[in-house]
Amino acid sequence: MTRFFRNQGWVAGLFALFVLLFVLTKLIQPGYGSGDFGSLVRAVLPYAFAVAAQTVVVIAGGIDLSVAAMMALTSVTAASMMNGASEEYALFVVPFVLAMGLVLGALNGILIVVTRVPDIVVTLATLFVLQGAALLVLGAPGGAAADWLKASIVGTLPIPGLPDSIDAWVPKALVLLVVCLCIIWIPLRRSKLGLSIYAIGSSELAAFRSGVPVARTRIIAYALSGLFAAMGGLTLTMSTGIGAPIPGPYLLASVAAVVLGGVALGGGKGGLLGPIVAVFVLRLVRTDLTLLAIDPNVTAIIEGAIMVAVVMFGAFITIRGRPAGAMP
Amino acid sequence: MSSSATMPQPVSLGRRVKRFMADRPLVPLIILLVILVVILQILRPGIVNERWLANTVKFAIPLAILAGCQTMTMLTGGIDLSVGTVATMSAFIMATQIVSQDPAVAFLLAMMPAILIGLINGIGVGVFRVHPLIMTLGTSLIGTGCLQVYQRTVIASGAKIPDFLNWLGTGLTYGFPNALLLFVPLAVLIVFTLRRTGFGRLLYAVGDNERAARLSGVRYWQVITALYVISSLLAGITGLLYIGLIKAPSLSLAEPLVLPSVAAAVIGGTSIFGGRGGYTGTIIGALILTVLTTLLTILQMPEGARRILFGLIVLFVTAAYLRIVEER
Amino acid sequence: MTTNPLLDATGVAKNYGAVAALRNASLSVLPGEVHALMGANGAGKSTLVNILTGAIHADAGRVLIRGETRDIRSPAAARRAGLLPVYQEPSLIPDLDVLSNLRLTGTPVEPFRAWVRELGIPDLDLRDTARDIPLAVLRVLDLARALAVEPDVLLLDEMTAALPANLAEKVLEVVRRQGDSGRSVIFISHRFVEISALCDRATVLRDGETVGVVDIVPGVEEKIVELMLGARIVKTQMTARPAGQAASTAASRPRLSVRNLRVGTKLNDVSFDLANGEVVGVVALEGQGQDELFAALAGSIRPSGGTIEVDGQGVKFTHPSDAIRAGIAYVPGDRTEALAMQRSVHENIALPFSAALRKWGPIRVHKERTVVASAIARLQIDTRAQGEVQRLSGGNQQKVTIARWIAANARTILCFDPTRGIDVGTKQEIYKLLRELAGLDKSVLFYTSELEEVQRVCDRVIVIFGGQVVDIFPVEEADEPALMRAAYGLPRGVTVDVGIMADPTSHPSQTPEAAP
Repeated sequence: MTRFFRNQGWVAGLFALFVLLFVLTKLIQPGYGSGDFGSLVRAVLPYAFAVAAQTVVVIAGGIDLSVAAMMALTSVTAASMMNGASEEYALFVVPFVLAMGLVLGALNGILIVVTRVPDIVVTLATLFVLQGAALLVLGAPGGAAADWLKASIVGTLPIPGLPDSIDAWVPKALVLLVVCLCIIWIPLRRSKLGLSIYAIGSSELAAFRSGVPVARTRIIAYALSGLFAAMGGLTLTMSTGIGAPIPGPYLLASVAAVVLGGVALGGGKGGLLGPIVAVFVLRLVRTDLTLLAIDPNVTAIIEGAIMVAVVMFGAFITIRGRPAGAMP
Repeated sequence: MSSSATMPQPVSLGRRVKRFMADRPLVPLIILLVILVVILQILRPGIVNERWLANTVKFAIPLAILAGCQTMTMLTGGIDLSVGTVATMSAFIMATQIVSQDPAVAFLLAMMPAILIGLINGIGVGVFRVHPLIMTLGTSLIGTGCLQVYQRTVIASGAKIPDFLNWLGTGLTYGFPNALLLFVPLAVLIVFTLRRTGFGRLLYAVGDNERAARLSGVRYWQVITALYVISSLLAGITGLLYIGLIKAPSLSLAEPLVLPSVAAAVIGGTSIFGGRGGYTGTIIGALILTVLTTLLTILQMPEGARRILFGLIVLFVTAAYLRIVEER
Repeated sequence: MTTNPLLDATGVAKNYGAVAALRNASLSVLPGEVHALMGANGAGKSTLVNILTGAIHADAGRVLIRGETRDIRSPAAARRAGLLPVYQEPSLIPDLDVLSNLRLTGTPVEPFRAWVRELGIPDLDLRDTARDIPLAVLRVLDLARALAVEPDVLLLDEMTAALPANLAEKVLEVVRRQGDSGRSVIFISHRFVEISALCDRATVLRDGETVGVVDIVPGVEEKIVELMLGARIVKTQMTARPAGQAASTAASRPRLSVRNLRVGTKLNDVSFDLANGEVVGVVALEGQGQDELFAALAGSIRPSGGTIEVDGQGVKFTHPSDAIRAGIAYVPGDRTEALAMQRSVHENIALPFSAALRKWGPIRVHKERTVVASAIARLQIDTRAQGEVQRLSGGNQQKVTIARWIAANARTILCFDPTRGIDVGTKQEIYKLLRELAGLDKSVLFYTSELEEVQRVCDRVIVIFGGQVVDIFPVEEADEPALMRAAYGLPRGVTVDVGIMADPTSHPSQTPEAAP
């Protein structure tokens, strides 16, 4: 039991924070209901996938700066492919875009392994490349999304046997998010591959000596990151109905949520649940600021300041966590 | 090469070339620049004339100053992605404050955000040890938010470009761009700082081996804080120059210069890992990129393709330098 | 030998740039044998181990396992070939629990549990995270994990280091039985007691070459030492420097006075004085707290207790710059720690000049050049390749790190193993230089891992064991056997069995006047 709290205490605390914020929201706006929750989840979707993408890589001891650009590219690709196409064509578009994310992510990993240039430089370069590619696909926001895709994150999922009052709090978007993340994360977490990802992040040398194929594992981690980012890009297109070639603020948000979610930036620690809850917390803060009738631009500043503060805090913890004498 | 004296075994031609490239990076850069100009002349006979030259220099100068920020921060193993935002802020504040304020006061007001952001960057990187990329990205987001809020407050009073900046940004004297009056002393100052001052020496030392610098009594946070403040100040000045050139204050004025500024420094031979490089190479790098941009425009390459190209340049040049450094 | 060797490596060579880590190493291990791999520091033991376990690739050589040529390209391949190492640093993933670590390496759990019990840890919780497990236990778990897959060849690197006596005993017992059950063990150790109790044969490396394979029989220690030391064994006994010249300075106030210094758990209680014009040697086995002592004196880490006085004034260093201001400079053993490798010799020497905030302005080029040039001349640094320090030889690099503090005119220099891995000529120059500095009334604290250096350079020697000063020798008495004995924590004048060093008559460099 104590071990559970030691391992999950941070996530539990975050969840408590989320509940607290939720109560606060109710206090500010007594009418805040299931419909508002549904729109919160829809707003969270792209962030959540961006964070998932970042989490996998950070656990493996790296960082992926190209997350937001990858989302932009996959989003415009999906939007332009679906533009004027039939509803059924989207059935082909979705797996195509996901595969594209997987391949481009793997390419990130391969470049890091082969060139031995640090991940932060490689993904910075691919950030530029993917941005450019997104601009080539769509010069300006545009394209379209299949109706069934757009509908798949709107409204609630009726669950038989559940009273409507509870059912109203299960928006389709949340179900989509949970299903997509679980379908990849849970098998991964239980597999030897998942262990290997934690291993290379925790100690590359020990992992190498334990017979872990370090290079291959790293490439797979980046491929998974690309896959999650592609999911994020798709949700962008699903919620807006178009694709925008300019990347959103997802990079910093993803790093901040990863840190807030208890995943050490050095790698090897944490899970996916923490960062996802952290995203909800960060989004809910924004909602509250909006409900308090604060200028949206000021909200953006506060939000940015919170993220920077979180990242600084995370870095500070990392320094403090080092053994004495290792202080540079 | 005197250094070959320490290597008794014969040095292969490939290694000699590599070592030469590492020792004298300027020569191949100048050759590349000349080649690009020649290609341009072949594609559009007669394009290379006095006016084109002045124009190229005019557009290369703001890029070269921002690339100076990148050069100095990269020497310490960092990067400053907030330069675009800082330049935009300074330019925008200058253009709007000049309407109602004395030019000197407007100038000071325009420099305030630069100093502030530089200070926050420096403290975040130097004291809290946040990765410079994340830190400067964060402050740049916050800065953009602040600028949006600010824009609302001045939307009624309008903006104008001060005549002096107009003259400095676009004017020619005897065929030479007036901007050179600012740039030449600035460039000399940067080169002098890097080569002949204690501060410059510390930048190299900290970037090359932070531990060694520490053991020699260098306080890392002091160097880094000063560096990021200087970098921001330079960015602010660039903003003023750039608005005189572009003549249209916007909220994303200098943003398109950020990526090329990184690329210019990397092409100029400054190592993104720190400890190696200099400003003269960066200036030529900025010229190369400006000519390259003209070339791509003539070839009707879209903006997206240009970004892809720049991203690839950063990646491949970094990988190449890594090989050169490793092979000794 | 009638049986075929289980593992047979011949002609193994490995170069790092111009440095040859291994020239011509061979190692042949018979089934059922516990085989010691021995050699002085830097002889190439760890390189050979890394090659055999697939961590690095050899440039040349051939490895046969059960008579078949095997190309071991990765640790995983070594595992498949039946070769399992237990390294000095445990290779369990720190952030995973023990069970996950077993799954990661495909180790069966039940045999692992059995071995853990057998090795003397009855109450292990497999859900514990490796990071939270004490180092000693972790090493044993690493061994149990290797044993659980029943490898043909087990490779143990300093297995009993960092183990408390009871665990070490169990480990040795288990290792011995491995041999009896037909499996082979390659056993790397510095401890002759263990080797003579455990091993059947020993392969001795020197300067990257296998210089001999010996059967472990009583009295073979001397032969092994001879092989390990090679030419050094026949060196003429150098005369111990008379301590008289230091005695005169002893009366004045000490330059540096350390009392009851403690750093974390590594350094428990260290007190000594360092006088002006004195070179004090520090002798200790690996990891006895000497690193922490030097780091604390250099201002790199903060002591957790005790006092440091400089010229009678109490000081508290929070940053190396504080120590430098007090005239104390630190020359680390690892040159890559001290040098900006891509910068010039000149810049590296002049680096401390610019460190303080008020020195950030323009450099006075002429003045600086004169100072640096005189330091370069003083140390006779070969400056043909002064464009980048990384192009210098190791010895010249080390000279640069010292020249820096001569140029900065530091009054006290803390040298941590400055002669590690550099050529003999440069070593001599450094000895001479340290003595010259003492002659100029500067003081030097000098840690060395090569005991013979002590009598060449030092006036006094302090011996540290387990984080405490266990003895202080005047130089006349500080011969190698006496130091070695003290370094193992044994009191002076008592003859206790410490490997081959136990019996003074067996030691080749024994001096007649230094009998305890």
